[in-house]
Parts: sequence; C-alpha cells; structure tokens
Amino acid sequence: MAKQVVVDPISRIEGHLRIELETEGTSITKAWSESTQFRGIEEIVTGRDPRDAWAFTQRICGVCTSVHAIASIVAVENALGFNPPTQAKAIRDIVLTAQEVQDHVIHFYHLHALDWVNVPDAMNADPAKTAAFAKSIGSTWKGNTVERFTEVKATVKQIVESGQLSVFTGGYWGHPAYKLPPEANLMAVAHYLDALEFQRSMIRIVTVFGGKNPHPNFLVGGMACSIDPNKSETVNQVQLDDIAGWIAESKEFVESCYLPDALAIMTVYKEYFNIGAAQPNFLAVGMSGATYGGDPNVGLNTSPHAAVKPGVILNMDLDNVQPFDPKLITEWTSSAWYEYTEGDVGLPPAQGETTVKYTGPAVPYKWLADHPQYTWCKAPRYDGKVMQVGPVARVLLAYARGHERTKELVGIAAKQIGITPAQMNSTGGRTLARCVECVTSVESLQGIFNTFVDGLKKGDLDVFDSTKWEPSTWPKEAEGYSFVEVARGNLSHWVKVSDGKISHYQAVVPTTWLAGGRDKDGNQGPYEESLAGNGKHPLVDPAQPLEVLRTIHSFDPCMSCAVHLLDTEGQELQVVVQ
Amino acid sequence: MSYELGGWSEPTLEENLIRQGFDRRDFLKYCGELAAVFTVGGAVLGSATPAAAAPVTAAKVAEELGALKKPVVVWLQLQECTGCMESALRSGGTTIEEAVLSLLSVEYNELVMQASGEALNKALDDANAQPHILVVNGSVPTKDGGIYCTINGESAETILKKSAANASAILAVGACAEWGSVQASNPNPTGAVGVDSIIRDKPVVNVSGCPPIGDVITATIAYVLTHGSLPSLDAQGRPLFAYDQRIHDSCPRRAHFDAGQFVRTFDDDGARNGWCLYEVGCKGPSTFSACPIIQWNQHTSWPIGAGHPCIGCTEKNFFDNFTPFYQTLPNVSGFGIEANAEKVGWGLVGATAAAVGIHAGITAAKHSASRKAAEGNEPLQAFGDSERVWLPTPKKADAPEATATPEAPQADAGTTDSKDAE
Repeated sequence: MAKQVVVDPISRIEGHLRIELETEGTSITKAWSESTQFRGIEEIVTGRDPRDAWAFTQRICGVCTSVHAIASIVAVENALGFNPPTQAKAIRDIVLTAQEVQDHVIHFYHLHALDWVNVPDAMNADPAKTAAFAKSIGSTWKGNTVERFTEVKATVKQIVESGQLSVFTGGYWGHPAYKLPPEANLMAVAHYLDALEFQRSMIRIVTVFGGKNPHPNFLVGGMACSIDPNKSETVNQVQLDDIAGWIAESKEFVESCYLPDALAIMTVYKEYFNIGAAQPNFLAVGMSGATYGGDPNVGLNTSPHAAVKPGVILNMDLDNVQPFDPKLITEWTSSAWYEYTEGDVGLPPAQGETTVKYTGPAVPYKWLADHPQYTWCKAPRYDGKVMQVGPVARVLLAYARGHERTKELVGIAAKQIGITPAQMNSTGGRTLARCVECVTSVESLQGIFNTFVDGLKKGDLDVFDSTKWEPSTWPKEAEGYSFVEVARGNLSHWVKVSDGKISHYQAVVPTTWLAGGRDKDGNQGPYEESLAGNGKHPLVDPAQPLEVLRTIHSFDPCMSCAVHLLDTEGQELQVVVQ
Repeated sequence: MSYELGGWSEPTLEENLIRQGFDRRDFLKYCGELAAVFTVGGAVLGSATPAAAAPVTAAKVAEELGALKKPVVVWLQLQECTGCMESALRSGGTTIEEAVLSLLSVEYNELVMQASGEALNKALDDANAQPHILVVNGSVPTKDGGIYCTINGESAETILKKSAANASAILAVGACAEWGSVQASNPNPTGAVGVDSIIRDKPVVNVSGCPPIGDVITATIAYVLTHGSLPSLDAQGRPLFAYDQRIHDSCPRRAHFDAGQFVRTFDDDGARNGWCLYEVGCKGPSTFSACPIIQWNQHTSWPIGAGHPCIGCTEKNFFDNFTPFYQTLPNVSGFGIEANAEKVGWGLVGATAAAVGIHAGITAAKHSASRKAAEGNEPLQAFGDSERVWLPTPKKADAPEATATPEAPQADAGTTDSKDAE
C-alpha cells in the first residue's frame, strides 16, 4: 500500500522547497515538487526606473548574487540600445565566472557533501592514513597534512562528545547508505572547512569591481568601477595583482582538492549514475558565463565561451544537437497557484502573465498534492518538452559540440568511475558535471582576466557608455531580453520600457525549469521525474530521506530564484510570478 | 585553523558562572528571573508554545541552563534570498566555522544542516524548548493567511512566534528581517513585515543591510556571547558599534564633497580621481553604516570605494525612499557644505531621518531603560564584563500593522523620545 511521505523543509538549498512523495516498499512511486515561498519582486519593479531594476532583481537571490543583476542590465541595455564598452563586459565576465566557481565549490562542500560524507564517522579515522588516502586519490591539496587532519579530527570529536552537535544535530548519521571509509570522511570534513576559507577569499575578486559581496553593485551601460593603471582611486596594479593571486588560488583549490574529491566520492557512490534520471532533454546557450543581449543566434553580447554555440539536446542524442530558438519557450501554470486569462495554456515569457490564484489548503496544512495546484513555481517548457538546464546541460552541449577540454575531463571521469556519457543524466551525473564545469570555468577565468589586463595595457580604459544614460534619449516604447548561463543553468530576463519606466518584467530562471510541477499533459517537472520517473528511486527510511536529498541536491535548488516574478502589463492586480 | 572558545572557558554555563565568582544562589536567582520571563512570553504568545505547555520553574531552568555547554542558536530563514547567510559565511572576523563549531551550537538552520524534514523539525522543536539565541533572516508575509511563505506547512509568522517564545536574545539580521526589504517595497504584494512588527514583547536587535557586512553579523553574535548583553542600539534597533556613523561623515571621499568636487557621469575624470558621488545619487549623507570603516570581504573594498554610489541599504524602506537610485538627493542651493547636505538628507527621508537625527538621545534613553530592566542579573557577567542587557526587556511597539498579538497600546518610540533630541 502506498505510503505518503513529506520532506519539508529540504535543507541545504537556497529558499523553501517541500517534497511530497508516495512510496511502495522502499521505492518512490510518485513525487511532487512544491515551492512554498512567493515574493512578487517583478510587480515591485514595474513602474520604476529601468536603471534601478538590477538592484531589485539582484535580491531575487543572494546565493547566485550578481547573476540576476547582470541579466537585468543586459536586458535593459538590449531594450534601450546601450553599447557597454569591451572592458566593462570583460569585468562582468570575470564577475560571472568567479561567482560560478565559488558557487559550485560551496554547493559541493557545504550543500551537497553531507549527503555523501558521514561527519561523526570522521572521528574514527587515523590522521596518518587519511593523509595517505588523500594522496591515493590524487589530491595534492596543501591542506592534506597529518597535523591538519589531527586537528580536524579533534574538532569533530569534541563536538560529538559534547552532545551538542550544532549544525550536525538530527543528522542521518546511522543511515546505511553512507559508504565512505572513515579516512575519506575525515578528509572531506577537513576540505569542508578549507572550502569555507576558500570561498571567503576568492569572492574578493567580485568585491574589487562591485564593492561588496553578496549583492555587489552594477551599472546599466557598463561598470561603475573606473580602471586606470596610473591612478590610485581606480582599479589599478594593486588590485590586478590581488586578483591574479586569487585566481591562482582558485585554480589550485578546484584542481587539487575539488576535482579529486568529487571523482573519489562519486566513484564510491557509482550506483547514483543509475539513479535520478530526469527527462533526457537539455538546453543551454553556451558554456557557463555565456551572455547574450537579445536572440543568442543573432548577436554575441559577450562570452568567454563563444566556441560553444547555443543548442538543445533531445532524447540524449549527442550526435544531433538541435538549434535553440528562444521563441519556443513557454510557461505553464497547470500545477501552480496562478491563472491565465486564456486558461491552461503555455505562454512565452514576453507575453507572460501570472495572476495569483491560491487554491491550496489553509495554513497550517499537512498535504498539498491532492490539489491540482501545489506550488508557487511555474513550469517552463521548450517546444512543449521538459528540459534540464544547468551544468549537466552545458557539459553535455560542450561535449556534443566537441569542446576539447570538456571532452577530456568527461573522458577521465567516465573512465575512472566506469560510466558512459549517457549516464550523466542521473543524480551522480549532475554532481559530476558541476565539478567538470568548475574546472573549465576556473581555467577560463585566467584567460578572461588576461584579456582584460591586455586591454588595460593597451590603454583601453573605458568602462561606461554614457550616450544612453539620459531617459530623454530612450524610445517611447522599448523591449529587450537577455540570456545568461549562470551557475544553476539558463537564465533569461525580459523587460519592456514605456515612457522611461518599466512596464513589464519577467525572468525565466534555472530552478523554475527544474523545480516546476506538472504541465497540462501531466508531464512531471525534472525534480519530480528524477524521483518518480521509473518507480525505482530508493527511499529506505522515510524518516531519514537521505536518498531524496542526494537527488534533489544534485540539481542545486535555488527556490527564491524559481519564484519571484510578476507582470502588471495592462492589468492592475495581476500578479505574475515568473 | 584552530577553534577557540572565546568567552566560554568552562564546559558549562554554571561552571563559567562559578569561575566568575557567582554562587549557586545567584545562579538560581538568575534562573528564576529567566523562568518568569519565559512564562510571561508563553502567556502572551498563546498556547502553541512549549513554554506555555509546561510551566517553567527556576529549578527547571537551572537544570537545563546549568548543563548547557554552548549557547543554543535557532537561525531561521523566512521570506528572503539567503544573501544574509551567504554574507555570514564570508565573515572574516569571527568566522562562520568558529561561530558554528566552537562558540555556538546552531541547532536549527535550513541552509547548513544535514537533516531535513521530520528530523530537522524535531531539532527546531527541541531547540525552541530551551533558552536560545534566535537569529532571523527574512521577512514575514502577513497577507492571505500566511500562504506566501510556509515551512513544514506552517506560516512564517507561526514559526517565528514559536521560536521567539523562549529566545533570550533576538537578532533580526538583514533588511528583510528588519523591515521587509525588497518584497515590502511598494506595493508590498505579500504584506511583508520585519521581525519587530511581530515580536513586540522582547527587544529585537536589527543588524541592518542588504545584506549586512558578514563581520557585523558574526560580531553581533559574538558581542552577545562575550558581553552577556545586547549591544547598545540606535533608534532603529541597530547596534551602535556598526551603525553610529553616517557614511558621509566617515567617507574617504568627504573632502571632495566639501571641496565641491563631484563625479558628474560615471567614468569621467572625477570618477577616476575618486571624487564625491553625491551628484550621481549617493545616499551616504542619509545612511548610517560602518561600510567605509569595516569595509567588505576582508577589507577588500566597499561600494563607494569601488565607484558606485551608496544605495543606502542599511536604512529602512530604502527601495522606496532612495529610488531612483541615481537621482541626486533633493537639491538645495549652495550644496557643497556639510550643513546643507544634512538638510538634504533629513528632508528626503522624512520621519525616518528625523528619528536618526535624534538617535543619540533616543539611544541614551533606551540604553538606560535596558540597564534598568537588567538589574539583578549579575550572573550574565560571566560572559564578559560589560553592561548586562541580555535578558528580554519589553519593546515598544512602533509598527502597528500586521500582527495578531494582543497587547496594550503603547506610546510611539519616536514621539516619546523626541524631546531628547539635541
């Protein structure tokens, strides 16, 4: 008999996600992905100065901070005809890439690792054997010393024996699905702590240009940070030297710590390359950081990865990548708490509307899934199909398009773990793809930065296009959009400007693609499909849903991003949530 | 990296107290007062709280608190973007790993904890049942029965009230927890409000900013731990150690303002020479924050230092009051000297700025009230040696909207204290 299981809150994600399940025995048979927070930021943006929109939309998310600001700015620039200088675009590239590298590292060590790593078990490890273990998996990280492992073991021991487990309280530490030996657990806990230090240090790259992080400052038309090697108040050699050092540190951490850790851990959990498959369709406009103002097929706004063109993979057919057509994106509200004027149809983002219509139970409630609508998250579709976005989509696209470094890294991983590229459509595959992408991104960061510095040396110091700053230079009516490949996947912002004010704003966000619910035809969203697609996803103990966390975390959920939008075009009280 | 136990040198609270020279009798007296506070809190907040379910006695508090090894922390994330937790992760002062592993026992937080669902909700109930420090990120959406933010099927408002019932100190961290921030901006579709609009029977420390500087977040927690008291606060509940200076007064570009040297468009010669950003919309003249002093991300830079005007994110309603962001604060003739800039600032933000303008007077009054409320709580000095204001004290209501908590009408803080100005 089917058993109902609720997992709410899902921890170690951004925002609020509730998963409801039905299980038979130890397998999941049905799943509902339920977003339980709504803010309505786009309604708030409407009527405001388009040059301010970035600051509002940036607050969609503080984990993927910067990305909504840049997507907003590129969309506004596309609408109003700004032409940001090359060096300003280079700075945004640096920011986007640094943010993505930092984001992937935080995700792996601080949001995902505890699904695989048994923290209390680290106190059973021998520090000397741990150092040997680290070496055996090819980790050359400088923190792999017996002294360091001894210190971390003592910290773990002190916490466990104190009886106050702090953030490890209530963990599923006795769960049989934990399989790492104590030495691997100790090494991973040490790297968990090292990664905290790492992310704190390397994010300063963004602070140099944006003045703070999270939520650095940006500027429609370019960047506000002047650059000049011969002035003290600008970004000059002092900051360039700092950044060069932080990039080198980032490269060292990703290559000597993250990559060997991810490969070793996913090798032990190899069965997760057969668990958690979602629909085998993937969408991306390029590699991470790829940024387009307007149709990606027409113009390249700026991209460190121009070599990989936009594309769509259907049914895991890597030999026949389909062209990407932005006009084929629609969003459905069949399972979400909104209603369209035309009923249950799919609307393209530029025509999107979302009027809040809550049909769920009164709060507090116990179960949502017996209502047709059960989430604040809309369901995007491409040509009517469910798509996966994110690192796995980009890595598969780059692989299919013949990107050499990606092919090399996927090849190494596939050989070591013993999987095929097709198995990337899985819980393990999404986690592995994020690491592969982090390596290519941190390597490209060096190249983007070098190009930027070369420009400086040649005297290319302009970072702001002032010609369109005054609203009197704007057309009476304008619209534009942007596509940016950000940490969690494909992001697009869509804006209309009327008489100098925003009249319509929408964003189609990676987590909306992934966390959305069923469409009119009953097709499940990717989260739901990954859990209940074949009726075989394990869940041994509903009170300790470790396997569910592994699969959901492999998508790196960002729920505040997923639900945020609002559109007031022509209708006063119309609440469009994305 | 090593992990030191800051102001907590003995394993348990009782032992710390004894080391500081307090006897068992003092401790029981302290626990008695704490028990009284919790009982009152339970009665005010209704039967849903554990405190109300089981009467709290001095002996029970002594038993639980005496054995407490590290202060328990409940760190809620309500309607928000996680930027404040991310900022805390970036703190370079008291690092997050020191805070989480050595100074505190963070027994509930959605972003970092291993457990989910049932086990995590039990961890929350267990932590709520004992004295704890409550840290809140995010606002409370009050419209439509709480449907806009639920956790485990309960509204954000219910979750906040349950966690506040036994809280010994409440820190509202970030603009959302303080006043609702972006989602509370016009037209505030979800009816978002800050923590002190819901919790009115206890003081709420507002760690302001969108997000606050990470070091300020962890320093506020460390302040409570090492001083055994809440920090001194300004009229908006912000710790003076980080919010007693106007950005304009501690800005390294101030000399250019006084000299009339302004950036007129981004990337002009003025921008490249680090001139004042007032004319391109800087809100520094109306914003209180230690950004120029503490700076961001291990003293790497800060917004004005990186060439962008301050958007005033530590001030209430900045998304409405300070927009359009690139518009010069209201123009007055002869700007360029300090007196005019101050008038500009007050004029723009109206009542809020007026309150800020007199904030020294209000602070003094609040401070003295807090001290009075804490008399007889000497044992808390075991945490440190400063003024002792850790215990909950009644907080004056200043936001009439959006709460079901019954309470007697109270005088508005601004009205009461305005006579103290200047």
